[in-house]
Amino acid sequence: MSVTLETASGPPLTAAPTQESAPSSSDSVWRRLRNALLAVMFPGIVLIVWHFATYGQKYSLIPPPSEVASALWDFAFGGINDDAYSKTLHIHLLASMSRVYGGFAIALCAAVPLGLLIGRIALVRRVLDPTLQVLRPIPVTAWLPLAMIMFGLGPRSAFFLVCLGAFYPILINTVFGVRTVDQRLFEAASMLGCKDTAQFFRVVLPASLPAIFTGLRLGLGFAWVVIVVGEMTGVQTGLGAIIMEARQLSRTEIVICGMAVIGIAGFVSDRIVLLLGKRLLRWSPNFA
Amino acid sequence: MPETAASILDLRGVSKQFELQGQRIEALRDVSLRVRAGEFVCLIGASGCGKSTLLRIVAGFETTSRGQALMREKPITGPGPERGMVFQDYGLFPWLTVRGNIGFGPAARGRPASEIRETVERFVALVGLQRFADAFPHQLSGGMKQRVAIARVLANDADVLLMDEPFGALDAMTRERLQEELLEIWQRTRLTVLFVTHSIEEAILLGDRVVVMSPGPGRIDSEFAVDLPRPRDVVAADFNDMRRELALRLHSHHSRKAA
Repeated sequence: MSVTLETASGPPLTAAPTQESAPSSSDSVWRRLRNALLAVMFPGIVLIVWHFATYGQKYSLIPPPSEVASALWDFAFGGINDDAYSKTLHIHLLASMSRVYGGFAIALCAAVPLGLLIGRIALVRRVLDPTLQVLRPIPVTAWLPLAMIMFGLGPRSAFFLVCLGAFYPILINTVFGVRTVDQRLFEAASMLGCKDTAQFFRVVLPASLPAIFTGLRLGLGFAWVVIVVGEMTGVQTGLGAIIMEARQLSRTEIVICGMAVIGIAGFVSDRIVLLLGKRLLRWSPNFA
Repeated sequence: MPETAASILDLRGVSKQFELQGQRIEALRDVSLRVRAGEFVCLIGASGCGKSTLLRIVAGFETTSRGQALMREKPITGPGPERGMVFQDYGLFPWLTVRGNIGFGPAARGRPASEIRETVERFVALVGLQRFADAFPHQLSGGMKQRVAIARVLANDADVLLMDEPFGALDAMTRERLQEELLEIWQRTRLTVLFVTHSIEEAILLGDRVVVMSPGPGRIDSEFAVDLPRPRDVVAADFNDMRRELALRLHSHHSRKAA
């Protein structure tokens, strides 16, 4: 606990004693550079090993990194191979993104209210929780055949599967958040004149936001994870769809391109969500 | 009955039993206590004497098993803004700033925004937190958090301040400062304070009256009127006499328990 603030002169913020004591700007630049170098070191080594293991070998099933790189360039901007994949990245990326965010949005709209109800109302919990717990271990892949029967071939099945993948992390974290609200806060609210249903909006909801947010982050991550499965449902576009198609055509470099784009897109989307969380949950010591 | 008319809190033969893992625990037995409006009463006793339970009954967090708890002649049926509680662990809302926490009560009770703003500024100033008004609880020290907790119940027009070892988690210096500030606020606002503590010195320093409780089952052992002039000097001879007297009273429970 920072007793220094008691008498303090100076800004009230950053009371955390773990904070590195105001590094000079060149120090922080060096630290950033070093962290960036450390982060690219491992993939760099992997690339080198990959290059020497595959380059110049006539019948290698795995293309060397340079070939993947030129395929990726062609995939994005065209002008190298001029085949069916040239300059189609944006189409597939947009298609996948619409399914990821669409499915995620549906999952959010279903899982957050449901989680709040399960967490708050014992009857709802007793009715729904056992069923949900049994359904939870069933992998998204196992739902694929049933999804295609229920929703037909095409994007609707993809939406359903992505939604399913994002649903449980959001639900479980929401329930957890609601169930772990500090009892003290209910006492504090009620002695201040905030009772019953009013407590839901003034206490339960804000207090569980960090957990709900963690659920959203995990859910969005899962949505990207299941996109390939989701796009095995016979859709024509999408990163998952071209990965499956390229596999059948033995275009392994396109497969790897698709993988890389999914990885980067998922990473970027997670970063954006995290930034949003830091903004909105500034009050929480876990996010600040 | 002039005495009844003046008392703001009236506990009549209050008993409380808990069920804990199939065992019946008698937390309070036949406790009667009257507190006059504007009085500062300290409850002191060894752990397990039911002093916190008594406070929580007055707050409305617990019901009585037998007997009655009345405020201004009316039975206490649940928590209410006229009885503000200050917890040892603060109980601040972490998602609200200092301003938001202080304005929580008025906002929950549907006061107009302009009035809330004015009230908040007044009580932020009262506890001297102007510079930290937009900080979140996790950015504050323990002493500052407790100031917010006090301001929060005062801003909500509490008549009775219930304090459950509020300074127990603070370091000695901060504790002394807050004790002083509390007395100052109390003298200015003429609030009624029911203050639970396990520190003899704190009880004598603050209270008009010290109520000593004894454990197993919890009951009122004795009462001491503290008629030392304020501000009180903790190293004065009469202060020490009183401290000795109280310590003897308290230790008699310990030895009886140990025997």
